Amino acid sequence: MPENCIYIARSSAIAARALAGEMMVMNSADSTFFTLNEVATAIFQAADGHTPLREIVRDRVCEQFDVDPEQAQADAEQFVAELSGHGILLVSNQPLASESPR
Amino acid sequence: MSLMSEVGQKAFNLGVPLAIHMDVTYRCNERCVHCYLDHDDHGEMTTAEIKDVLDQLAEAGVFFLTLSGGEVFMRRDFFEIVEHARRLMFSVKIKTNAVMIHEKEARRIRELGVDTIQISVYSHRPEVHDAITKLPHSFERTIKAIRFLREQGLRVTIANVLMTVNSSDHSGVQELAAALGAQYTLDPTITPMMDGDTSVLSLRIPGEELTEVFRNPALVGSQEEFCAPPKPPSEEDLEGYSCSAGHSFCYISPYGDVFPCVQFPLPTGNIRQQKFLDIWNLSPQMKEVRSIQAKDLTVCSSCSHVSSCSRCPGLAYMEGNMRGPSTADCEKSFYRTGVPTANMLRQGLSKPRPTSGNSAPLIQIRPIAVPA
Repeated sequence: MPENCIYIARSSAIAARALAGEMMVMNSADSTFFTLNEVATAIFQAADGHTPLREIVRDRVCEQFDVDPEQAQADAEQFVAELSGHGILLVSNQPLASESPR
Repeated sequence: MSLMSEVGQKAFNLGVPLAIHMDVTYRCNERCVHCYLDHDDHGEMTTAEIKDVLDQLAEAGVFFLTLSGGEVFMRRDFFEIVEHARRLMFSVKIKTNAVMIHEKEARRIRELGVDTIQISVYSHRPEVHDAITKLPHSFERTIKAIRFLREQGLRVTIANVLMTVNSSDHSGVQELAAALGAQYTLDPTITPMMDGDTSVLSLRIPGEELTEVFRNPALVGSQEEFCAPPKPPSEEDLEGYSCSAGHSFCYISPYGDVFPCVQFPLPTGNIRQQKFLDIWNLSPQMKEVRSIQAKDLTVCSSCSHVSSCSRCPGLAYMEGNMRGPSTADCEKSFYRTGVPTANMLRQGLSKPRPTSGNSAPLIQIRPIAVPA
């Protein structure tokens, strides 16, 4: 899918909390546990399902961290692919409803 | 160090309450012979109060939330509480006897993304389990519930409290857990009643049987490692703290009282009168608990076990001094390694005294015929 059409949302199956600026994330389905650095935390927190990833990278990453925009976009896509593989993030080329436990 | 341990250490160093145990009720449909709780309702928090507490805990940085009781499903609003907790993105663990969990409840628990359900099973023999819970058919109902939960793909841990009346059943329960696809955990700790009554301590398994448990590789892994004589404490050990109570963990009762731990009945404040973070950060009692290092312990600082003992400051507090020894842990250290503790030596003992006070057998289950 074209990179500028990627939408991301947090799965309802996860638990998450910030600890000293870094996000702890656990998937209740398999108990995988991650900590995210500040940049990844910024992306994770902005994963509302309706803001395109490119916009998140531009506004939340490039604006706040001293990074090369192309590199930031590539890193963000890799990060999103990894977390979606673990069921932490939902990815689509259409806007998504951010899940909350039913 | 695992990632989880690193996070735990970070929270400990920062004084962030990473994990909370909250009892939502003391009411229960079982009457377990070893239970330390008063099951009458003396004014539990309402649904709205609990939701407000959960909001505060999320704000304070709590990640791991254990909801327990009493029996949590005695509250009709329990799922509403869990739903709110999950909306706040806590990692939720539920402790229950599971007798009120059927297919529908199991499905709801899965939908809510609960991490683990811990369920008490005392024996693989129904008559022994039911004699301990004093609820007829509780074994059958609990096991049925575990099957429903497992069918939903949920993680279940069977907690096996070991006492005089079921001390020989741990292998059977372990096998049952494996057959059900559940994790197994064993706990030989019997805690005095909350009102200070120590009669339940007569249920603690005698030392020789404790040794047997500690030498069982199926329970402790490497026996050589687990039962190794204690190493002389380093300076770092003496600068260390007993446990996470008051550092990155605390307990909240159904009445809003905040304690350093579920097993540490030192009142530090009430959430109906103060904000949680004010209690956590400012309570003099919480600060005192937090200040105690191994080198400050009255007897244990000179004990050879100080670096490896599971000394519980809450049990020590219940014995009268939170800086003093916890006799139950002294016994565990001795029966694990065969090396007397400083607490025993100062009393001129080469082995622990048999459990004092009411040391009669468990009369509550005497009438039940327990097959060999």
